[in-house]
Amino acid sequence: MIIPLNYSFRNLWTRRTTTFLTAGGIALVIFVFSAVLMLANGLEKTLVGTGSDKNAIVVRRGADSEFMSMLDRTAVNIIKSQPEIAADRDGKRLAAAEVVVLINLLKRGTNKPSHIEIRGVAPESLSMRTQVKLVEGRLWRPGLSEVVVGRAVAGRFQGLALGETVRFGMRDWTVVGIFEAEGAGFESEIWTDAEQLVQAFRRPVFSSITVRLASAGDFLSLKARLESDPRLTVAVEREKQYYAKQSEMMATFIRVLGLFVTVIFSLGAMIGAMITMYASVANRTTEIGTMRALGFPRRSILVAFLFESLLLAFVGGGVGILLASVLQFFSISTTNFATFAEIAFRFILSPSIIVESLLFSLVMGLFGGFLPAVQASRKKVVDAFRVS
Amino acid sequence: MELFRLILKNTMRHPLRSILTVFGIAIAISAFGLIRTVIGAWYSGVEASAPNRLITRNAVSLGFSLPVAYREAIRGIPGVVDVTYAHWFGGIYIDEKHSQFPQFAVDTTNFSEMYPEFKLPPEQKAVFKQQRNAAVVGRKLAERFNWKVGDVIQMRGMIFPGDWEFTIRGIYTGAQKSTDETQFIFHYQYLDEKLKQTEPWRAGNVGWYVVKVKDPRQAAEVAEAIDLRFKNSLAETLTETERAFVLGFISMSETILVALRIISLVIIGVILLVLSNTMAMTARERLSEYAVLKTLGFGARHLVFLIVGESLLIAATGGLVGILITYPAAKGFERAMGDAMGAIFPAFDVATTTQILCALMAVAVGLAASAFPTWRAVQVRIVDGLRRVG
Repeated sequence: MIIPLNYSFRNLWTRRTTTFLTAGGIALVIFVFSAVLMLANGLEKTLVGTGSDKNAIVVRRGADSEFMSMLDRTAVNIIKSQPEIAADRDGKRLAAAEVVVLINLLKRGTNKPSHIEIRGVAPESLSMRTQVKLVEGRLWRPGLSEVVVGRAVAGRFQGLALGETVRFGMRDWTVVGIFEAEGAGFESEIWTDAEQLVQAFRRPVFSSITVRLASAGDFLSLKARLESDPRLTVAVEREKQYYAKQSEMMATFIRVLGLFVTVIFSLGAMIGAMITMYASVANRTTEIGTMRALGFPRRSILVAFLFESLLLAFVGGGVGILLASVLQFFSISTTNFATFAEIAFRFILSPSIIVESLLFSLVMGLFGGFLPAVQASRKKVVDAFRVS
Repeated sequence: MELFRLILKNTMRHPLRSILTVFGIAIAISAFGLIRTVIGAWYSGVEASAPNRLITRNAVSLGFSLPVAYREAIRGIPGVVDVTYAHWFGGIYIDEKHSQFPQFAVDTTNFSEMYPEFKLPPEQKAVFKQQRNAAVVGRKLAERFNWKVGDVIQMRGMIFPGDWEFTIRGIYTGAQKSTDETQFIFHYQYLDEKLKQTEPWRAGNVGWYVVKVKDPRQAAEVAEAIDLRFKNSLAETLTETERAFVLGFISMSETILVALRIISLVIIGVILLVLSNTMAMTARERLSEYAVLKTLGFGARHLVFLIVGESLLIAATGGLVGILITYPAAKGFERAMGDAMGAIFPAFDVATTTQILCALMAVAVGLAASAFPTWRAVQVRIVDGLRRVG
């Protein structure tokens, strides 16, 4: 004989205050848990989406961020002449030598300085990075001090809105356009003509070269040849992996912190659930005795009580995920430890995060409810009726 | 004081429930303490900064350097006592995981005069000044890698390519608790000479200048004078007090700090939920008892005392246990983060203010959690209380 599920439902409903408090605790834990996962997910999506599988990036060996890397024009020309690089319809080689510099700009509102990456790009850069699209204004005109700004920083920093001017490298640059890049890291950058940037900063060097591979299999041969060339000290990486690596440290930090907080919270929530379940067992001693007298086996009672605590956890988990899903409307920005530059990313929810969070809440319910349920199923019928 | 005995007896009526609640509160309180400690560690560099030191760096960003020739120009500005410079090295020792400690090339002629809080034995200082590839390391760093004076260290340059070899000629200790003991310091000349051979266009530059002012109250004026001196030059400067410079670095990771603060607030919420739950149950079970007490002539005052007392007893016990386990937790956290985050947390200690805050929180939660049950106990009519079956 199985006790109807309705019994568990009605018990939770009868003690509404306690149910609410316990489920609230579990909801808080799940909210934090899924928020952390969403954050790490969003960060990875932003940086992984920055690269493309078809491209390879060449930087100076040992430079883990582009602004530390330096390649002189001789090296640039050697790299550009490699046979693995694809050509476009007009026979132009798809290789873009870019300059990346960090500048200090003040945030709007708080007036606090933060670092932003400025990318001086070649004409080929735009055709190779297909995700970058101009959404407002126009591109810079050659020979003029004009820039286009990524959507993520346009509103956040002083002087970066359309039509405003921003000063760096002893010049005033006019913002003539805003671009988007499908949420990739480029959206946190300022773009302009590479030659203009080299002149402004008087740096006779480029930072990186991005090349389109004729076929994906060419990567290894290109890497082997360039890295063993005695004239160069470069590292060749797949573009996607290069940018993904820049998120490692941040993602690890978010995960460690999140895990630590989640573990502590879940202990608290489990204790809450345990207290609730023990109390409801103690309060229902007579009920349990009655059910046993009616012939329900111990196992059914165990199941009924366990189900009650799982239900409690499930409700809490659901509420927590709902709360966390609201976070998708927010984006946050922070300094990336790996590049020292400001990066904006969003909380991104995925089906796997929902499943993981719900499973986690059920595990909490199981741990919180197991001991009390065992205690309930072990009550002797005689003792149960002896309670006044 | 019969009431005190009653409180104790009441608390121990459900020993398991009380113990679980205490345990839950203890964990949450120690988590709160740990997060406060992390936030404090983040700001430890601010405490270590001296009021009479200014930092002059390139106005564009930290990625840009300044000509070494600026030194004498800065020295000539009124109010400046002494100037030294440093350059960020950023090399790789063994692998990236082990390299998260600050490495600077410094001007050894007056570095130790500018930074008196770095205590170095005189004989080590003398050798360090003479030997070109000598390096001085902090006590914590030396302990971490088990370095001894005389050890030869190999590093791979990231910003300055090539293989670099250093000999450790000194181990410094901090004069204050907040002094960073994780730094690796070596000769600027050693770096510059190598650069002249490999990348001559980058030689003769330094990362930033450290300027000592005669009077800390004039810091702002001196800073302005320095920046004005290099206005409209190829390398414009940005000068601020050491404190502001460190704060600027911290504000970069502001988002993370805000998140930590929010989390520590949510933790308070969790404790409140756990304790409120316990207290609500307790009150519900004992409504008929409260009615009996009222019948015997006990007033609302006594009931408040009973319920709030029990709540406070549980919360205080939890808080005490929590504060006690914060210490091993902080040690464990430091070890877990040690390799990855050594650079961010030069000092990591549980502050007295943190403990006081934890204790205050426990008391506040104890009071808040008992509010609703107390109200119900005071409100309940004797007849209803006696009629009720708990």
